[in-house]
Amino acid sequence: MDEHNKFSRREFIKVAALGAGALTLSAGGIGLIVGCEKTSQSSKNFFSEDEYHLLECISEQIIPTDEWPGGRDTGVVNFIDIQLVGPYSRYQQDYRKGLAAIESTCLDKYGKKFEQLSWNTQTGFLQDMEGGRLSGEAWSNGFSEKFFELLRSHSMQAYYGSPRHGGNRNFVSFKMMGLDDFQIVGQNRYGV
Amino acid sequence: MSNAHVNAVVVGAGAGGGVVAKELSEAGLSVVLFERGDWASFDAHDTDELISQRTTVLGNAFGPDDEKYRRVVVDDDGTTRVVLPSEIDYNNVAACVGSGTVSYGAMAWRYMPEDFRMKSTYGHIEGSTLEDWPITYDDLEHCYEKAEWEIGVAGDASLNPFSAPRKRPYPMPPFAYNKEASLLDSTMKRMGLHPFPIPMLRNSVPYNGRPACVRRRSCCGFACPLNAKSGTHNTVIPTALATGNCELRTNCVVSEIVVNDSGRATSVLYFDGYNHKLEQAADIVIVSASATETPRLLLNSRSKLFPAGIGNRYDWVGRNFQGHAYTGAFGLFEEDIFDDVGPGASIAVSDFSHHNTGIIGGGILANEFTRLPYYFTAIRPPSSPSWGTAHKEFQRNYFRRNVQVVGPIQEMPVFYSRVEVDPVVKDSWGIPVVRLSGHRHSRDVEGCGFLSGKAESILKEAGASITWQAVGGKGLSGGQHQAGTCRMGNDPQTSVTDKYGRIHDVPNIFVADASLHVTNGGFNPALTIMALGYWIGEYISTEWKKGNRFA
Repeated sequence: MDEHNKFSRREFIKVAALGAGALTLSAGGIGLIVGCEKTSQSSKNFFSEDEYHLLECISEQIIPTDEWPGGRDTGVVNFIDIQLVGPYSRYQQDYRKGLAAIESTCLDKYGKKFEQLSWNTQTGFLQDMEGGRLSGEAWSNGFSEKFFELLRSHSMQAYYGSPRHGGNRNFVSFKMMGLDDFQIVGQNRYGV
Repeated sequence: MSNAHVNAVVVGAGAGGGVVAKELSEAGLSVVLFERGDWASFDAHDTDELISQRTTVLGNAFGPDDEKYRRVVVDDDGTTRVVLPSEIDYNNVAACVGSGTVSYGAMAWRYMPEDFRMKSTYGHIEGSTLEDWPITYDDLEHCYEKAEWEIGVAGDASLNPFSAPRKRPYPMPPFAYNKEASLLDSTMKRMGLHPFPIPMLRNSVPYNGRPACVRRRSCCGFACPLNAKSGTHNTVIPTALATGNCELRTNCVVSEIVVNDSGRATSVLYFDGYNHKLEQAADIVIVSASATETPRLLLNSRSKLFPAGIGNRYDWVGRNFQGHAYTGAFGLFEEDIFDDVGPGASIAVSDFSHHNTGIIGGGILANEFTRLPYYFTAIRPPSSPSWGTAHKEFQRNYFRRNVQVVGPIQEMPVFYSRVEVDPVVKDSWGIPVVRLSGHRHSRDVEGCGFLSGKAESILKEAGASITWQAVGGKGLSGGQHQAGTCRMGNDPQTSVTDKYGRIHDVPNIFVADASLHVTNGGFNPALTIMALGYWIGEYISTEWKKGNRFA
């Protein structure tokens, strides 16, 4: 894992040096080299360390980094981790089962963990999950599509919802969309 | 513990109940107004889109909560599901003082004369219980006027040639158009349509001791931090309390209406905020708990005389559950349209409300309330990616360049769309919960196609580079515009109440909410619910002053 991270960090800097234009052009190309780097964040509530890292990589696929930070660096998993012991406690078992199924399916299929797959392979895997094309007992009865939709919708809520719930770090999506704070007489700030 | 007897109990402090409580307490009746929720405040959830009235994924900002409440939905294949209040299939309105009028978009529509005479206007519709109301627009006109002046509406009806006849203008001038509405105004006029500013229950100028609106984007779905949006919580309910004749009991859940052996209501049973079961005796009971909770309370009130529930001798309580299929179109533009002047919705046309070929009834078309960031993640042309880089780029490229034109279709009532009480599932007080089943009439889907086509043609004419329709479907209706479940009528065998909202075979129980709606118009229903509150409140207080005790 250390080897992998060292490699990816070095390569990332190399690619990033090509400039923002190149980054936009070839988001897939970067990922081919980079894989999915770990952040310094960790679960405070529900997830294991491995689950947390896996989910960061998935959130980065759902909302990738471009000129603006992506899901991994903006607290998407922190949001989900908080909600799973709150209003989303009913989804705890889906997450436990689904994340384990992603790892075991990837090991069976590629001999690697999801986090170690190339960007394009990760994307393809999630597309298969979204389309219900993954095989294996865990994915039967529509669980594949259902779990993907949980991952997708919860990531969107985290990134585009109020930062008070643990996502949308530094108001990233509001800034990206050019939204000033709501107007309150005598105030000009983002309220959380 | 026993409470002192009062003249009237009102169950539900929303658009209808708040008005009735004010009318009765001003007439000198002693009133207890029950509300299962509490006072709502802006500060509790601020501008949090994920706990708002429009997006409830993390909970209902205005109640009820996911812990204590449940409902059951019956799917078309007969299977049942338990749903939480924050899930869309619950068909929630709200549970707080003022109910939906705290957080609504505040459109202030009068229905048109035809909306009260749908069967006379369009004839019998196969598979529908389409019928005329027992009252006409003219009967209700002065009640609309009272609602507009006492609660406060800004608008200019003279700009809408299809507007129902009225005796008095709105008390406040209309709101200026935002950029989106200005674009649509010139477009619609070019097409020979008749656009006008949407009448709004918001202060365009200081009114009733409250300030003018500052046009925030987070209006529809949120409480107003300035109190510039008008509901029953900041108008008629405070007025009722100020009379000294009305007591508001919040956090109190009414479970049953008690009826004596001569078929007259004597009291209601309720749970207070400490879950103590209490009783409140009254001369009159007015139920205004919404088109789902009102039939629930009537059906849960079983007695020797009324074994199937109050007003349900002919199995009409809970029937004809309806709402509004929302239908319209989206357009993407190559220049910025968004100017962040809230609440977004600003302009409408009523050209498609009635008398168009190919549609029974119809509906207004208006520009939509501001699409907030999370809501906007679901707005994409068909077959666009719903995640990944392209989705994110769309989010920032088109947030300022999209227009949505949308309207509520007048639905054809269906007898088999209904509210029942579930035989098994109970809420945290042990009260049987609402059970919902049915679906819309096929003519509604045709109507949606018609109106969406018109919406798309407007967006194309406005210069949109890409347009697509979002057409309302055939699923179970209801939602925040829920109506129809205790229909008013002249025939006791095909309706639940008389034309004053009184249950046909019980002299002292009234209904005062959208449950009464025989049909639901092609308009947002809030102002009509308020007008019915005045209609019923006026009837009861007039009779009371004559000495009628509804025995």
